[in-house]
Amino acid sequence: MLSIDAVRKEFPLLAERTIDDARVVYLDSGNTSQKPRRVIDAMTEFMETTYAPINRSSYRLAGEATDAYEGGRKAVARLINAPSADEVIFTKNASEALNLVAMAWGRTNLSAGDVVVLTEMEHHANIVPWQMLAQERGIEIRWIGLTDDGQLDLSNLDELLDGAKVLAFTAMSNVLGTLPPTQLLCSAAHAVGALAVVDACQYVPHNVTDVQAWDADLVAFSSHKMCGPTGIGMLWGKMELLDAMPPFLGGGNMIDTVTFEGFTTAPVPAKFEAGTPPIVEAVGLTAAVEFLEELGMANVRQHEMALTRYALDTLNERFGDDITIYGPDNVEVRGGVFSFAFRDLHPHDVSQVLDETNVCVRAGHHCAKPLMKTLGVQSTTRASVYLYNDEADIDALADGLEGATDIFGL
Amino acid sequence: MSGLEDLYREIILDHYRTPRNRGELDTPPATKVDGHNPLCGDEISVYLMVEDAENGDDAIVTDIKIGGQGCSISQSSASMMTNAVIGKRVGDVRAVSRKFKSLMGIENVDLQAGDDEVDLEDLEALQGVVKFPVRIKCAVLGWNTLSSALDEALDPAE
Ligand SMILES: Cc1ncc(COP(=O)(O)O)c(C=O)c1O
Repeated sequence: MLSIDAVRKEFPLLAERTIDDARVVYLDSGNTSQKPRRVIDAMTEFMETTYAPINRSSYRLAGEATDAYEGGRKAVARLINAPSADEVIFTKNASEALNLVAMAWGRTNLSAGDVVVLTEMEHHANIVPWQMLAQERGIEIRWIGLTDDGQLDLSNLDELLDGAKVLAFTAMSNVLGTLPPTQLLCSAAHAVGALAVVDACQYVPHNVTDVQAWDADLVAFSSHKMCGPTGIGMLWGKMELLDAMPPFLGGGNMIDTVTFEGFTTAPVPAKFEAGTPPIVEAVGLTAAVEFLEELGMANVRQHEMALTRYALDTLNERFGDDITIYGPDNVEVRGGVFSFAFRDLHPHDVSQVLDETNVCVRAGHHCAKPLMKTLGVQSTTRASVYLYNDEADIDALADGLEGATDIFGL
Repeated sequence: MSGLEDLYREIILDHYRTPRNRGELDTPPATKVDGHNPLCGDEISVYLMVEDAENGDDAIVTDIKIGGQGCSISQSSASMMTNAVIGKRVGDVRAVSRKFKSLMGIENVDLQAGDDEVDLEDLEALQGVVKFPVRIKCAVLGWNTLSSALDEALDPAE
């Protein structure tokens, strides 16, 4: 069990920041998470004591900085049960990791008519890079549809996967909270010889992640959604795949040698890390992973399951037909993300009114416009919880919605 | 809730609940332009009828209809906009548009002599939006779309 009071004390913004003399009710962690003190301190301390370039200079300080940066790789590998830290590539964010996959692997292995299968609940980050390939070389994109309760409709999976080269899907929807059967999907992809690419951006921060149990091929996620800093994301991949892939971006650090005639690449992971990487961010990320390990990801998931149940029940009981919450009701297959329609109110107006009581939610399409079309809406209001939220936060959300009714005279 | 009352003035809520000039016009003869707010996905369609388009600024806006969905601010602003432009000279419509955008605190509005005298009428009620900078985009969505529609109506070749 998590002690939320104790957890919240670790987050300066949640513990100390006030707006209009009241605390902030942060329900937008699906967007980006708040940062614990130890992450902030680790980055500051590193810059004050150990900051230097990595992998380029031979003085002792540079060695210490390199070790610190590589420590981030080891921490991430532990968190997702990767066989080797060298399989973890640091990028700018999850979007860049997915672009890396589409550009480096896709450009090498896909040509006109080849099929990439996505789901209707993907984030734009796992759609647009593939659409760029479709524009560039005419690959075909097929879509796994949704059931009425917002789960993947796998009834025609075999048909969709027939002849596919890639299955790329989210391990948790950032709009519906849905947790698809990741392991099953990876094995279905492999059964037809397709690559299994997992967008684990929403999954890793909230669940025990085991990329080996999934038997995924490539997995993308972001530090900033899991208590770490912005500016650093991750791509994990099976070594033999990464080895065979050409580089994505070119420049310093990613080469073995460069001549007037051309270049050869450094081994993985450096091959995919052109230029000066996010060194300070890797140090912050290490502290974030240690924080998550201390809490225990199983405990985090358990806490969020209970809170998700509470949220679904509270909102449905208090608002009945006035609220439509999208996604599955079964918390075994959903995480703590609640996208909803409230009366006839536009999400902008809902979030505006909630902001009056410092309840921070997101209103819009959540970078999933195709999914909005499937749901038959233009946008939704979305509340999303994390390890520092509790029932009082959900109550504040519900109270705020009550206020919206008054203002719009509904 | 002081700020919110400034934002959601009664007249704004009235235009939101009962939007004026909603619907469609046949195209042609009308011009239709879609606008959208990439942040939230709101989409608005402006259908515009301009008479004697060859007269440029002296052409007359004879009819306008609004389609699409949006929040209270974008919807009410578009609704008020329709009232403010029907029957007006194109040149005068552009003046109202400039005045309104400057009321919204939009930079780089090329205010011209005489714009000061423009009466924004109901649209003045939207000035509370300035206190909520993220909502300014909502308030000007219809106006930006109207500007494109005017350009297209006056110079259909483009
Ligand atoms: C499911 C999913 N995939 C990808 C992304 C993109 O992550 P980032 O913005 O860190 O690149 C997000 C973030 O919103 C997401 O929720």
